[in-house]
Amino acid sequence: MNVLGVETSCDETAAAVVGPDGVLSDLFYGQTVHERFGGVVPEYAARAHIEKVGATVVEALARAGIERPDAVAATAGPGLIGAVIVGLCVGKALALGWGVPFIGVNHLEGHLLSSLLEPRAPEFPFLALVVSGGHTTLYRCDGVGEYTVLGETLDDAAGEAFDKVARMLDLGYPGGPTVDRLAALGDPNSVKLPRPMPGELSFSFSGLKTAVRTHVLSSARRSNEDICASFQAAVVDCLVTRVRQAAHRERLERVVIGGGVAANRGLREGLLKSGLDVYLPTPSRCTDNAAMIAVAGRLRLLKGQRDPMSVVARPVWSVTQGVELA
Amino acid sequence: MHIVIPTAEALRALGYALGQVVERGAAIGLTGDLGAGKTCFAQGLAAGLGITGPIPSPTFVLVCRYDTGRLTLWHADLYRLENQSALDQLALEEALEADGVVAVEWPDRFPGLLPDDRLDVRLDHHPDGREVTLTATGPAHAALLERLRG
Repeated sequence: MNVLGVETSCDETAAAVVGPDGVLSDLFYGQTVHERFGGVVPEYAARAHIEKVGATVVEALARAGIERPDAVAATAGPGLIGAVIVGLCVGKALALGWGVPFIGVNHLEGHLLSSLLEPRAPEFPFLALVVSGGHTTLYRCDGVGEYTVLGETLDDAAGEAFDKVARMLDLGYPGGPTVDRLAALGDPNSVKLPRPMPGELSFSFSGLKTAVRTHVLSSARRSNEDICASFQAAVVDCLVTRVRQAAHRERLERVVIGGGVAANRGLREGLLKSGLDVYLPTPSRCTDNAAMIAVAGRLRLLKGQRDPMSVVARPVWSVTQGVELA
Repeated sequence: MHIVIPTAEALRALGYALGQVVERGAAIGLTGDLGAGKTCFAQGLAAGLGITGPIPSPTFVLVCRYDTGRLTLWHADLYRLENQSALDQLALEEALEADGVVAVEWPDRFPGLLPDDRLDVRLDHHPDGREVTLTATGPAHAALLERLRG
């Protein structure tokens, strides 16, 4: 079964085709408009998706060498609502026009399952850490659609902390990749920063962000490289510690990661050194992409799930809940 | 009203006290630099309204709505927004008319968004913690501030 995936929940207009042997095509059209504004502009995002989604889908099908997929999967949330609606409507329209099954996918489920696209794919059950600009959540995954939240952030998401620290240092948007690059050139022990770890398996990055700000404004301010290295080391420490604690508590050795921060080299190295059985998606599949939506949709379709056309777009949607119908 | 708050817990407690006395239609602006404690204060406010569960930073999702408390709370963050048409998508005006409580971080990015009668909460870094300045700009919120003092 070849499944077309369509993803427009934030910055990227993306389309991909995934079949029984893996990814047949995987395209995205980045939106440079956000770099100009230093953040996401919802209305521009939606308008840019409308302009690009048709061509992206046509090209994804052409590169996959197929005229019509056997099913269509589209992101139904969570995300910027105007942006999500674009891809969801296109996905439904295509499925209706082709007369093939449709499935609405939770964007976070895409991140949870993106490691399944790799040649060395994990088997269930596994732990999954989703770390991005809007999410920092640790899950237990027992099968497709069987997810339990073990811990999440109480305030800022990890990616949000990266972006805000980048803004304090005038590094531009998105800040994560630049912080990662500078971190490699600095001393991670040069700035003393806290490792906030609130109760159970929760995360908290707000205090760390504030500590960086206090340092930046102090007379003892180190170089951007040293600040980035110290900040990144603190974030990675918190994330890896929580993953190890969860692995111990849940008696699970297998760990996958997903989300934009999963592309961070410090985090990848930290997890590989943790002694756990770690599955890392290739960096381009950590950030938003349509192949992960296609694979999540495909696995649900193989379980027999079909969604009606009344699936609604949701700005906030826990992956532990099913699709919402109008 | 002007106070210096030593810890994040104490700041949350102030938000909590406000959440206990706040009434329908309240509009609260939370102003302050990165890390000043805006979300922390909003977490206290939510808890004071009886809202359970995590209240994460709304920076990424722009606006969060919570229905599990005494009143509905809209918690918005204008940090990433750049223009008026982007703001329209948040439908904050609807929220302001909906008889709940609206708390907005970075309201100074869009002056005129919040009503003339509102509560301005200003948070500043201070050697002993955070300096909090609460200013009511109209009669409804002056009454709210009185209840908070009481």
